[in-house]
Parts: sequence; structure tokens; C-alpha cells
Amino acid sequence: MMGFSRPQLVALAVMIAVIVVAPFVAYPVFLMKVMCFALFACAFNLLIGYVGLLSFGHAAYFGMGCYLSAYAAKSWGFSAELCVALGFVTGAALGAVFGAIAIKRQGIYFSMITLALAQMVYFFATQAAFTGGEDGIQQVPRAPVLGFISMQNDMAIYVLVAVVFLAGFLLIHRIIHSPFGMVLKAIRENEPRAISLGYRVNDYKLMAFALSTGIAGAAGGLKSLVFGIATLTDVTWQASGEIVLTTLLGGLGTVFGPVIGAVIINTLEFYLAPFGSWVTVTQGVIFIACVMAFRRGIVGEIAARAKVAL
Amino acid sequence: MELSRRALLGTTAALAATTTTTARAQSKPVIKIGVLNDASGPYRDTGGKSSFICTQQAVEEFASQMNGYTVEVIYGDHQNKPDVGAGLARQWYDRDGVDMILDVPTSSVALAVAGVAKEKNKCHINIGAATADLTGKACAPSIVHWSYDTYMLAKSTGGATVKAGGDSWFFITADYAFGQQLQRDTTSFVTAAKGKVLGAAPYPFPSTTDFSSFLLQAQGSGAKVLGLCNAGGDTVNSIKQAKEFGLDMKIAAMLMFITDVNALGLDVAQGLRLTESFYWDLNEGTRAFTNRVKPKTPDNWPNMIHAGCYAATLHMLKAINKIGPAAAKASGSNIVDAMKSIPTEDDCFGKGVIREDGMAMFPSYLFEVKKPSESKGKWDYYKTVNVTPAAEAWRPLNEGGCYFIKA
Amino acid sequence: MLSILGYNAGPLLAQSILGLINGAFYALLSLGLAVIFGLLNIINFAHGALYMLGAVVAWVLLNHLSLGYWPSLLLAPLIVGAFGVILERTMISKLYKLDHLYGLLLTFGIALIVEGLARNEFGSSGMSYAVPESLRGATKLGFMIMPTYRLWVVVASFVMCITTWFVLEKTSLGATLRAATENAALVQAFGVNVPRLVTLTYGAGVALAALAGVMAAPVYSVNPGMGSNVIIVVFAVVVIGGMGSILGSILTGFGLGLLEGFTKFLYPQGSGVVVFVLMVIVLLTRPAGLFGKAT
Repeated sequence: MMGFSRPQLVALAVMIAVIVVAPFVAYPVFLMKVMCFALFACAFNLLIGYVGLLSFGHAAYFGMGCYLSAYAAKSWGFSAELCVALGFVTGAALGAVFGAIAIKRQGIYFSMITLALAQMVYFFATQAAFTGGEDGIQQVPRAPVLGFISMQNDMAIYVLVAVVFLAGFLLIHRIIHSPFGMVLKAIRENEPRAISLGYRVNDYKLMAFALSTGIAGAAGGLKSLVFGIATLTDVTWQASGEIVLTTLLGGLGTVFGPVIGAVIINTLEFYLAPFGSWVTVTQGVIFIACVMAFRRGIVGEIAARAKVAL
Repeated sequence: MELSRRALLGTTAALAATTTTTARAQSKPVIKIGVLNDASGPYRDTGGKSSFICTQQAVEEFASQMNGYTVEVIYGDHQNKPDVGAGLARQWYDRDGVDMILDVPTSSVALAVAGVAKEKNKCHINIGAATADLTGKACAPSIVHWSYDTYMLAKSTGGATVKAGGDSWFFITADYAFGQQLQRDTTSFVTAAKGKVLGAAPYPFPSTTDFSSFLLQAQGSGAKVLGLCNAGGDTVNSIKQAKEFGLDMKIAAMLMFITDVNALGLDVAQGLRLTESFYWDLNEGTRAFTNRVKPKTPDNWPNMIHAGCYAATLHMLKAINKIGPAAAKASGSNIVDAMKSIPTEDDCFGKGVIREDGMAMFPSYLFEVKKPSESKGKWDYYKTVNVTPAAEAWRPLNEGGCYFIKA
Repeated sequence: MLSILGYNAGPLLAQSILGLINGAFYALLSLGLAVIFGLLNIINFAHGALYMLGAVVAWVLLNHLSLGYWPSLLLAPLIVGAFGVILERTMISKLYKLDHLYGLLLTFGIALIVEGLARNEFGSSGMSYAVPESLRGATKLGFMIMPTYRLWVVVASFVMCITTWFVLEKTSLGATLRAATENAALVQAFGVNVPRLVTLTYGAGVALAALAGVMAAPVYSVNPGMGSNVIIVVFAVVVIGGMGSILGSILTGFGLGLLEGFTKFLYPQGSGVVVFVLMVIVLLTRPAGLFGKAT
């Protein structure tokens, strides 16, 4: 059904059940943070897992989506869904431009270009007036949905976040299991052959890039509404590295991997935060463990053992 | 091991406080104070763990007078990031039952935390941050600003420097809310005194440790005065490097604490003029307080931030005594209204009052750093040059732009 | 005052010389990175953290063992280089058969660990490291006063860079290394222990980074974030210069420092970005870099 296999449908049902029940047992703001980053990770996974492109500066799109959405909510009085949509558009537009530049090269060069472009976005963010530099955009109001449904209550905005997350998640899945997605996978497996079969490979890559960055931007937009703030932290290369870690830990190229990765990484951060830089150290250890021994990630390992695709 | 020891100590202290109060918690409400500041970055010595210790000191001293409640103090590190600070503030107020957040240096974080406090009508007493906006554009009925702000610094240090002949300035500014506000406020005093600002070099905060290119820009401008709109480790580095490069401009350290003078040493710092609202050797009261606290903070004798944490906590507890813990927990503005209704009195700042906009009104002191020959020992660093009385030291009430002050 | 193109020569020259100091560090670091990439095909993301480790070791040697600057110049690179050798033997070498990107991710993880531990131990705002006695003082250059130590940094780095270049291009050890880059199997067939060569090369590249760290300590103070601040710029330098080109890294390193200096004078806000703009341009027009060989 909808391209989901039986085990995947079970996993999806579990995920939805958890989303519904969790805010009554755990802190809703924390759960919303997890969902925003899970969506971001799923978007990143689209590129690395299915097209084989490691974009090392993905935080630039998330961050700019965050900034533009925050600005729209605060200075233009946009309603919530328009802010998130603006986040998507920002991410996609920026991705289209940067992607066009980066896709000219392959492999490690591609990654280095994306990193350099992301750094330029970072410096732009430190200088531009509208981003507020080091202070960020603060006191972003919880914009109402459709202009009148109030999001002040944590539970109300939780529903919005859950809906957007699930929509994005399903959208990505749909993309992967479409003819378009098939071509993407072909490109990842054997690009020269795909070219020889007549596919305009660069167009497909660019399309995937823009979709991925757009969804990342939407996730950023959501985050700015939940936390009421957009800062430089969201556009640093460390943030880009974190999303790579999240996806790697969960499982590159799996459907649910990025979500699990986001849950684990954010929980870790939450509990280790009082202990200073142990968060960074732990992240480093997980990176190394994943690369050396655990390349399939958690969901990847589970799926391989159970001989299913998750 | 310093940081992890600090963090662990802080957490253990909080845990210890929890364990001792849970037995009584069944019968008495717990007033929770969260001390939030920079534990490991450029402001760790100006505030840091000593703020937490001075807060605990106040709680201990007031323990016998607590009227039907107990107090717990917890600690958090905002890492100079507004999103971390705001996230922690939100969590503390929402989930962890914190009634008052204290300290919060780094103006960008302070503004974010103040925003959360205003949104939730919870009490925030800011000691560590400089931005005068906390009692101006960003004011709220549940916010108090204690110890110093950019206006008071600009008036005292800036005014005195211009009067002494420094009529052309070049600023090196930490490029965030604090540095920019301090530069604005100092500029208005310089231009009001017919001086000129020849230029400014904003730099990224907090990742800059090498100020050489900005110092050369300053030198190239031909200005007589180098205005340093930064603080803590940044100020220390700027001054050290200025000496290395043989800068012959007069240095106006717009915000400097005794802890910075200690880091620089009297050889380098002598002659510098700075403004604080507290000095351990000012009078009997300040000396008594310092003697009580210095065994617990041997590396860092108290500066105006540490003293502010102590004094503000004491005053807040007096206010809670007045209205009762239930009213205090219900609304931050209840606590602050009570604080404004009682005059303040403590060993550190003497007698004072909290104005309607939340500004704690005390005199400001212009100090000059002693020459090594004039100093009798460690921490004997200041001589008083000028005292600005409380009524004149701070921005006039109607100039702030605070929304609930009727002009 | 002299003027160049309408701008005051004094301040322009002053900023350029300061830029050269930054450039010296860029050159040293990108040299190590280029050597490692050339032979191992690994993008060593840990390079910045190991540079910082060099500075940290120097600080520890000074404050706990009373060993000053000059011994540290030798000891710190040896200690950190040995650490690099261990890293290579235990982890990095296992990834040679895989996609390059795993090497990037692994070294990224190493960088996080090293930096996190340093930050826990020393806080994030750094500790000062005094300029060694013999290099204190300053020289009046007319348009600025130049601290002697900073002059030493430029000169010493330049000498180190030229020496490394000489070893790699003009000695038989260097020739073997370069041959191994081109065709490891053939060189192995000649009886050279290539894996050991590779390990030592990684160690040497890391030692160069640590050396830069020791020299940086009096200028930037010993700060756990000093690696992160500089690593991305160093990547850009290596990419612009040519990923495996030694001469390219040296020239580009110093050159970029100068460029940053000019930019700080003309348009200070752009100084952070100018390197990356250049990198994108180079990657699009000459992907092998300014001095690299097209593959």
C-alpha cells in the first residue's frame, strides 16, 4: 500500500501511535524538536541514501528556512502554514541555485562545494540585518494556523508539527517509490549506464537536491515557530555534521532510519546537556562506531537481520 | 578537569539541595532559583560558578527568616547561545518549577530569556548582562535589572574619558546586542560632549581571540581613544595585544571587572579607568560580605555581578516573605512588584530602590587601577576617582521606551 | 603618507603583513592536509583538532612540566604525531578500500572527540600562552609596530614549508612517496613497505599541524575551538591550491592570507567569505585546483 511493504506499514503504524501518545507522557516541546530534526534528517537521507550525494552543508537550507519563516511570522504576520511554506520555498530556491553549482562535480568535490557554499550562507547570516547576527531573530510569535487557530498552547502547535512531519515523511517516501525515484536509484548505482540509457542525469540530481533542501527548509520553518527563535547555530557546519550523524546512526537509505537517529541524538543531547562538552564527545564516538563497524546504522542493522527493508 | 568538576559540582549541589528539601517538600512549597550563565566561555570568570555560590550564600543567610517555604538553587550553562538559553529557560519555567532565573550574562541570551519570562509572566532578575534594553524596549513587569547597564557604563567611563581630553574615538566592538548597544550609548555621550567617533571595527563573538587587525585599524584611524565595547576574556585579550603592538591610544575599557584586572596583572592594567557598582574594599559592608564569601571562591573575589546575585536574591526573598510563596509561584510580576515596593538594603550595595521599570538604582563608581607600587597585595587594585549618585547614574525613566511606563 | 591607488599605503601594508601571519598558518596546515590527501586519499577532518592538540600539549608541557616554547616545538609534534600514527593504524587504515567519504566521516568523529574533551578540560575561551622570552619585543616598521614573535612565525613557517617541499620533491624519500601515490602496488613490488610509509606520512602530516599549533599558541591563545575556526578555510586552501599539490598549498596558503588582509582593509565584513567565493570559482573552472594536475 502506497509503496510500503508489510513490515514498513507496521513500523509506520507504531510511529504514528507513538506520535499520538507521547505528548501526554513526555515534554511536548522536546518531542517537537525531535520531529523537526527527524524531518530534516529524512530530507538529507533522500540525497545521500537514494541519490548517493553527500551534501555536507545541509544546515544552510534548514537555517535559512528557519530565518525566513521567523522573519515572516514576526515582521509580516504570516500565518503558520504560510511560514512553513515559505521555509520550503526558501530551501528549495537556495538548493536549486547551489545544487546547480555543486552538481557539476562528483564525489568528494561535490561535498566540498556544498560545504563551501554553506559557509558563505553562514557568513551572510552573521552580516545580514534581517537575521540579527549573533542575537538571531528573537521573540518570534507562535503564528496562528490559517490566521485564526491559535498555536499558543504547546499541544496545539504539536498537532501542527506532527501533521507537517508526517506529510513530509510520506512525501519523501512517495518520491522514492515513484518512477522518478527509480531513476534516482539507477543514478546512484551506475551513473554512466543511466546516462547511456538517455536519462538527463543532472536534471534528476538537481530536482532531487531541490526537493531535499526544500523539505529541510520547511523543517527549519517549523522549528522557528515552535521555539520562537532563529539563530546562527542553525547554519553552522557543526549543525550540518550533526544531521549527517543522525542519518548515519539511524541508517542511510532506510525509511525510518533518520527518524530513529533523530530520536537518539536529541535524547542524548537533552540528557548530556548539563555535562558540558560530553555531548560533542559522545557524538564523535557514535560517528566512529558507525563508520568502523556499524555502517548500516540501527535501522539498517535491524532490517538486515530480519531480512526486510525498513 | 575544571569544567566537568564545575558541572558535576553544580549538579551535585542541586541534587543535594533536592534531597534535603524533599523531606520537607511534602509540607512546604519550594521556591526554585535557576542561576543561568556562561560556565566555560569568555564570561566564565566574570560570572560563572561564583554567581551560583553567591546566590547560595544569600539563601543560607536568609534561611532562618524564610516564612513557610524552602529554597532550592540550580545551575545551568547557556554557552552564550540565545537558543540554548531560551530553551533552558522555557524548560525550567514550564517543566522544572523554576520561579526565578538569575544572572544571564551575554545580552543576546538575556534578551531571549527575558522574552520567555515575559511570555510566561515568570520572574527574571538579570545581573550579568549589559543591555539597557532590559528596562527599556524589552522590559516586562516580571523583570529586574541589577548591577549595571550600558547607559551607566557609557555615562561614567565614557563621560570621564571625554572630559579628560579624549575627543576622538575608535571602537572595537563585540558584534552582538551588548557590544552594539554599548557602542551606541557611548557614542551618544561622546557626541554630546562635542567629541567625534572616527570609526568602529565590529568582530564576531565569541570566536575571536586575535584582535591585531582591528587594533591596526584603530591605530590607522588616528583617534585618540580606543573604546573597547567588549567584556571578559575579549577585553583581556584586546588590552594585552594592544600593548604588544605598541598602541599609543588611550584605552577606554567600557566594561571591565576586577576579575579581568586580575587576569591582566597590574603591570599591564595600571592606569585603566573602569566603572563598577561594587568593590570589595569600598566600605565595612562590602568587606564583610567579601570575607564571608571568599573562602568559597578563592580564585575569584566578588565583582559587581557576584555581589549582585547575592543582593538580588536576598531582596527577592524579602519580597517573597511579604507576599507569601503561593502568590510568588503564581506570577513573576507579583514577586517583582513586591521587590519594587520594599527599599533594598544589603552589605554590598547599601540602601537603594528598584524603580518602576525594573532598574535597581545604586551609585556608580569610576575606579582607576592602581600602579603595582600602590597596591598592598592581590585584589587590592582600585582607587575611587568619582562617584555618580544613584539618581544620576542611570538612564532617566522616561527615555527608555518601556511600554508600561506612562511618561 | 604614501598612497597606493588612492588608499593609504600604511594601513594597507599593515593589514597585509597581518594577513601573512594568518597565511603562514594556512600554509602549514594545508601542507599537512595536502600530503595526507595526496597519499592516503583521505580528507583529514581531524586536522584542525590535531592543530589545537599541538597547542594544548605545548600549554600542558609549560604548565605541568615547565618545558618552554623551544622544547615544545619539538615535543608537541612528536607526541601528536605519535597519536596520529595510532589513529591511522587502528582506524583509518581499515577504510582505504571504502568510499573516500567514510574517511571524511571518521576523521570528523575524531575531531569531535578531541575538541569535546579539550573543551571539557579547559573551557571554551582559552588559556593564554606567553610569548617566549627570546622573541619578545617589537620592531618599528614605520607604518606599524610589528611584534617580533609574529615576524618569527612568518619566517619559520616559510622555512618549514620550503623544507617539506624540498624533501618531497628533491629527495629519494619524497620520490618514493610520490611514486606510492601514483601506484602503490608497483612500489610495493619494489620492496618498499608501503603501509608503513602511509602510516608515517599520516603521522608527519599531523605533526606539521601540531607544530603550527605550538606556533599559534602565543598568537591566538590555546583555545579548544581554534581548530574548528580554521579547518574549513584550510580545506578551501587545499582545494584552491590543488588537492595533492604541495607547492600549490604553500603558495595558496600565504596568498590567501594576503588576500584576507587586503579584504580586511577594503571591506572588513567580506574577509570571512572571500576564501569560499574563490574556492567555488576555482572548483567550477579548474576543478583540479590552481596548481593541481588534472586527473
